Amino acid sequence: MPTRTPIEVSIAISKAVQQADVDVIAAYPITPQTHIVEHLSELVADGELQAAFINVESEHSALSAVIGAAAAGASTFTASCSQGLALMHEILFIAASLRLPIVMVVTTRALSGPISIWNDHSDIMAERDIGWLQVFCETGQEAYDAVLQAFRIVRDPKVQLPMMVNVDGFNLTHVIEPVYLFEQEEIRDYLPEHRQLLRLDIDHPLTMGPVGVPEVYTEAKKQVDAALVGAKPVVLAAWQEFAERYGRFYQPVETYQVEGAEIILLTMGVISRTAMSAVDRLRATGKPVGLVRLRLWRPFPLEELRNCVRHAKIIAVIDRHLSLGAHGGPVCLEVRAALYDLPERLRIFGFVLGLGGRDVTVADFLEIVDRAEHYAAAGQPEEYSLIGLREV
Amino acid sequence: MVEKVEKRAIVGWRNLALGCAILEAGSSTQLLTGTWRLQHPVIDQQLCNRCGLCYIYCPDMAIIKTPAGAYEHDLNYCKGCGICAEECPKKAITMVEEEE
Ligand code: SF4
Ligand code: SF4
Repeated sequence: MPTRTPIEVSIAISKAVQQADVDVIAAYPITPQTHIVEHLSELVADGELQAAFINVESEHSALSAVIGAAAAGASTFTASCSQGLALMHEILFIAASLRLPIVMVVTTRALSGPISIWNDHSDIMAERDIGWLQVFCETGQEAYDAVLQAFRIVRDPKVQLPMMVNVDGFNLTHVIEPVYLFEQEEIRDYLPEHRQLLRLDIDHPLTMGPVGVPEVYTEAKKQVDAALVGAKPVVLAAWQEFAERYGRFYQPVETYQVEGAEIILLTMGVISRTAMSAVDRLRATGKPVGLVRLRLWRPFPLEELRNCVRHAKIIAVIDRHLSLGAHGGPVCLEVRAALYDLPERLRIFGFVLGLGGRDVTVADFLEIVDRAEHYAAAGQPEEYSLIGLREV
Repeated sequence: MVEKVEKRAIVGWRNLALGCAILEAGSSTQLLTGTWRLQHPVIDQQLCNRCGLCYIYCPDMAIIKTPAGAYEHDLNYCKGCGICAEECPKKAITMVEEEE
């Protein structure tokens, strides 16, 4: 049996990268991703990880270097967040369009401005359309497991796409949690050898990343979209086998107390733990409240989400980002679109909170449930609300 | 005559190479890039002194050198930009309107 060790989540993530036996890491430090890549550079320097650690001058270069290494057939890793992730923006699309199996951890953090180093999802929510697989983690155990699983998923010949593991900055990366860490032999059979269908090889010359003339561009986009949507069965199989081998179960959409729930809170990431406490309190008073957490974000788990919520009456969707000018948060907008076709119309209210590191408390969720109920009873239009906003 | 690109690279999305890669070298010759041309160049071989400047200046490598040392246009790739005519020191190249 693996042992449960108290460990900082960032260090556990580095450990997973080490155990996945990467060949090349390129990264530029940025708070709160720093501990992950610092620890990896130590492991490389100490000879405990046989990999090349490329120091680069920016995040743009970090991902570019990783893409080059991946194109040459290397197993690769990088990590970033916030301004750094934004600086990678144009390169993120290229990694997916080249179908390169890269693994990246995003330690989600607010985007400037105003300048903020604290946690929310505004950095990652600006990267919804990049063509990477994406999961959001709730616990340190999940972050550690998700990184290992990601290396397996991207190496699958049916996937061959990059994958992001999103871990809330500070609120998850910097906490010390008890985590079951694998011995190397335990994980060896689960992780396949690094496999890449296409790679640069002077004996078999090929061109990667040519111009996509108008006659080709549409088909190229469809290919990536089909691969991303088609990756879901591979993800499910990877999680299923993980569960069978190690006894930890993961689902694209995690649920808590949804049985008989009329009001459902929908969350992503670490605040789901706080939301669970709120659900417990409300259930204790007899209120039929449940929690749905989106774990898999890309590909969007359409069917799973519909199945989890179809018997509820009200959904309160929590966003950690405000899509400025779009009348709400992106998760709410996507969830509403996803549930539009259900035969029974649900009332869907969006709540935005925890921006730029503001604390998210059990009381916030109690207020959200209360407000959602009132809005529904009053037949209020489904506009979004900012929780904890000072008006004066 | 080169095989037209529609038959090779312009395929349905299921048959597109992974990541839109090009799996063989030199395949760009299959892409006939001259189809949108409005004018084409005509070389007067009597005036031409075979200096080769048109061959060097052509941005699309649409001028070929024959084994006999003459220069000719390959209209499969000529986009009709007129650079060769502009650069020819002997004014040996004339741009001629394409027929409809
Ligand atoms: S017209 Fe332009 S493309 Fe055509 S041969 Fe001359 S230089 Fe080349
Ligand atoms: S530039 Fe003019 S003179 Fe020189 S090779 Fe070409 S056509 Fe002949």
